[in-house]
Amino acid sequence: MADYIIRIENVTKQFAGGAKAVDGVSVNIERGEFFSLLGPSGCGKTTLLRMIAGFEFPSEGEIFIDGQASSLIPSYKRPTNMVFQSYAIFPHLNVFDNIAYGLRKEGLPGKELNRRVEESLAMIKLTGFGKRRGDQLSGGQRQRVALARALVKRPKVLLLDEPLGALDKKLREEMQIELRQLQKSVGITFVFVTHDQEEALSMSDRIAVMSKGDVLQIAGPKELYEAPNCIEVASFIGNINLINATVKGVNGGEIALEGPGFGSFGAPSIEGVKAGDKIVAAIRPEKLSLTAQKPTSGAFVEGMIKASAYLGDRSHHQVFVKGRDEAVSVAAQNMEREMSADFDASKPVYVTWDPKSLILLKS
Amino acid sequence: MTTKPSREAKRMGDAGGGLALFAIAYLLFLYVPVLFLPLFSFNDSIFVSFPLQGFTTKWYEQMFADEDMLKALIASLQVGGVVAIASTILGLLGAKAVTRYRMPGQGAVTGLIMLPLFIPEIILGISLLILVNALDIPLSLITVAIGHIMLCTPFAMAVLTSRLDGFDRSLEEASMDLGETPWMTFWRVTFPLAAPGIVSSLLLAFIVSFDEFLLSFFLQGRQPTLPVYIWSQLRFPSKLPSVLSLGAIILITSCVLVFFAEWVRQLGTTGDRKVGVA
Repeated sequence: MADYIIRIENVTKQFAGGAKAVDGVSVNIERGEFFSLLGPSGCGKTTLLRMIAGFEFPSEGEIFIDGQASSLIPSYKRPTNMVFQSYAIFPHLNVFDNIAYGLRKEGLPGKELNRRVEESLAMIKLTGFGKRRGDQLSGGQRQRVALARALVKRPKVLLLDEPLGALDKKLREEMQIELRQLQKSVGITFVFVTHDQEEALSMSDRIAVMSKGDVLQIAGPKELYEAPNCIEVASFIGNINLINATVKGVNGGEIALEGPGFGSFGAPSIEGVKAGDKIVAAIRPEKLSLTAQKPTSGAFVEGMIKASAYLGDRSHHQVFVKGRDEAVSVAAQNMEREMSADFDASKPVYVTWDPKSLILLKS
Repeated sequence: MTTKPSREAKRMGDAGGGLALFAIAYLLFLYVPVLFLPLFSFNDSIFVSFPLQGFTTKWYEQMFADEDMLKALIASLQVGGVVAIASTILGLLGAKAVTRYRMPGQGAVTGLIMLPLFIPEIILGISLLILVNALDIPLSLITVAIGHIMLCTPFAMAVLTSRLDGFDRSLEEASMDLGETPWMTFWRVTFPLAAPGIVSSLLLAFIVSFDEFLLSFFLQGRQPTLPVYIWSQLRFPSKLPSVLSLGAIILITSCVLVFFAEWVRQLGTTGDRKVGVA
């Protein structure tokens, strides 16, 4: 059995007079893992994190931290520490005292305490900043201080509540890499809450996608993207084209589908489908290709380019296909150095794909 | 954006003359009557009337020689001190509850705590007197202080609620997350951050208690508080000038305290705002 540092078992959180913020959720988090809770705002991810931290208590279910049932343990007795969304740097204390805050409580001898704090300052590359006050730091520095203040306690689990949300894009990307490296080097389990799917994909070992208090899927970044288990996950992580299709026939490893605009097309079979079933065939924009010449073989559909956006490394095309309400999104890598327009908008184009790229989802 | 300030300035300019005149008249109306106190306290005449008769400090000497007046002053200072501390503690507890916890009936509770601000004092005074008599509690400075605490707690709570609302709730959570108990979190985080509000609440409660007349009048025992004593002396024309000099001293002290309290409060909030935005 895997070594789980956190086991969340059937946890429900119902606020007084409100809906269920978290509804019967079970999640296991492995020791040393970078685990993300991903979902839109209001999906319950922060409530779940706050229950692990001990700021909220489950209405039902139990959370085990390192084997210990923790429902009744207050936050100040848990082996977890948190990096807050607002950073929560104490404004009446300087950087040194902020980081030393939790250590003073432990009654460390002065020398040891100094050494630990100086070590943390070095870790976050803020050596010499000890005497500064919180309001004399930039957003990125405050974020690092919050991180050092939590890590200096050597927690078993570090909880991070959207810690990068307030930073600008470039700094955020730097911090993503730094956080990931830091997590690898200290070897502490990180539980990271975010609504930013790219952030979650780039940093995490595993991700739990949440929606309306439920966990929809728990998987690694690649699996979430390439093999989502439902339409909600498929459309929340990245862009995707959805085709409402009907199963026409099942033939060994192949099934025949028919969908508006796409006519008849084939796909690798999945378990438990039979002729007549309604199904959703989904395909990522970058798995589709555009060509001006009508293909002689393979799967393709004819359409007209409605709009194109040039993004430098790639271009996004919206292709209108007869019989389908929504345009088909195609993402094309700009592999060649080419100044002229890709396609003539007045002439038909052909969207092609490899049937193996289709994701079949029960509707 | 760039045109706005100039347009604003222009509009101010058009109405400027009239508005300035109104503002000056308003301030005169507020403060001229009060300024008569220090003016006549240095006037060498028993009668408070123009023309002024010449400069003297004898009313101040007479005042400091008046033992009853000094006793009343000390009584008021004692009551004020006790009331300031008690109502600030109660206000702090109330403010913490209102700003940090979700409670059923929270609005109603807050309203009830704030209500004494809006009930006419004479009604508060009479009802407290009836209650105190019914309970057979002898009237004394203690009953006066109890009445004042009832009156001052809403002031303290209003000041402290806005202070506690002003700082990030996750600061207290961060403290507990780092291993501090709720009690130590209060002393290491909440109290230092609320300190400016606590100082201004202490001063405000003290001043309200010190100036208060009606409740003191109803609830006092043998020892009057200063406002009640002053009122009782108005019958004797010869005492009036020394009352004026005492009034002048209190006036100036009150002004200094209020400005100080407001300054401390501002100091705290602007410092925090900077932190919040950065």
